[in-house]
Amino acid sequence: MPRIVVDVMPKPEILDPQGKAIVGALPRLGFTSFSSVRQGKRFELTVEGEVTDAILAQAREAAETLLSNPVIEDVVNVEVVEA
Amino acid sequence: MTELPLIGEAIAVAADAPGARRLAGARIGVVTFPGTLDDRDAARAVRLAGGTAVPLWHADTTLGDVDAVVIPGGFSYGDYLRAGAIARFAPLMSKIIDAANSDAKLPVLGICNGFQILTESHLLPGSMIKNDHLKFMCRDQVLRVENSNTAWTLDYEAGQEITVPLKNQDGQYIADEKVLDALEAEGRVVFRYVGFNPNGSRRDIAGISNAAGNVVGLMPHPEHAVEVGFGPESLDGIGGSDTDGLGFFTSVLNKIVGGNK
Repeated sequence: MPRIVVDVMPKPEILDPQGKAIVGALPRLGFTSFSSVRQGKRFELTVEGEVTDAILAQAREAAETLLSNPVIEDVVNVEVVEA
Repeated sequence: MTELPLIGEAIAVAADAPGARRLAGARIGVVTFPGTLDDRDAARAVRLAGGTAVPLWHADTTLGDVDAVVIPGGFSYGDYLRAGAIARFAPLMSKIIDAANSDAKLPVLGICNGFQILTESHLLPGSMIKNDHLKFMCRDQVLRVENSNTAWTLDYEAGQEITVPLKNQDGQYIADEKVLDALEAEGRVVFRYVGFNPNGSRRDIAGISNAAGNVVGLMPHPEHAVEVGFGPESLDGIGGSDTDGLGFFTSVLNKIVGGNK
């Protein structure tokens, strides 16, 4: 069954406290090549049957209204992934 | 010697005082979502202030005849997705949003998770993100009341400092500079942290209001500072009193019964 993948990231101008904690932990494991980390969210919406334009539009609307908060986050990607 | 109030007894207004019956006639709804923690304390605070607390359930489709609403703290829906994000779409919330925006201007107070729900509902601007130090923090917090004209702060003086508990993980208030400037210019920063900013909130903001002043949200917990012997003073003596939070509830009750200044 196809899935619609929605990726949400904290807005660039917002300091991401979780990403900051992760970038602090990486060197302790010997991963010294990474200067910053930003943590986002990935949602997978499973669709029964074909992904029509209308269903994709619904997914975009859900991404903007529920899955992300436009004050602090951006929807950076909405795409269909065939199973 | 004054007697300490019995637990559960109204202390702001003695039950036999003139006007007590009028206050008791004011009905304050207290909303419970799955995962709400502080609904009992909020209802107690309403009763201690002399009002009548009315339990509301998130799935209710009507507000009944309440005169004001408290959205208490906790972890509605486990804080899944974002704090307050799922609660915002509960059936009762659409009624609260409509009533808050109506001409009647229903007074609404959001405490902690309730504040997060109000920002997710767009009743209040901005948002909360994780504390800048990433830890859950629980402490007695000094606040300055910046605006004593909202429905929930009429019984305070502007500039008054109060001490109430604070306990949260996602308490860092953020908004863009334009929104922050507008909030300041319009007197909508209602509470500011004093002495110590516990979560990195922009401009030390602890609580804000909507333009009309009927909707107020804050991260600290006034409902945990309403009873002698059970508030900040008893625990660590940092000043203020045990009952600094009671004014939220007496403010709205007095406003409802028409005694607002």
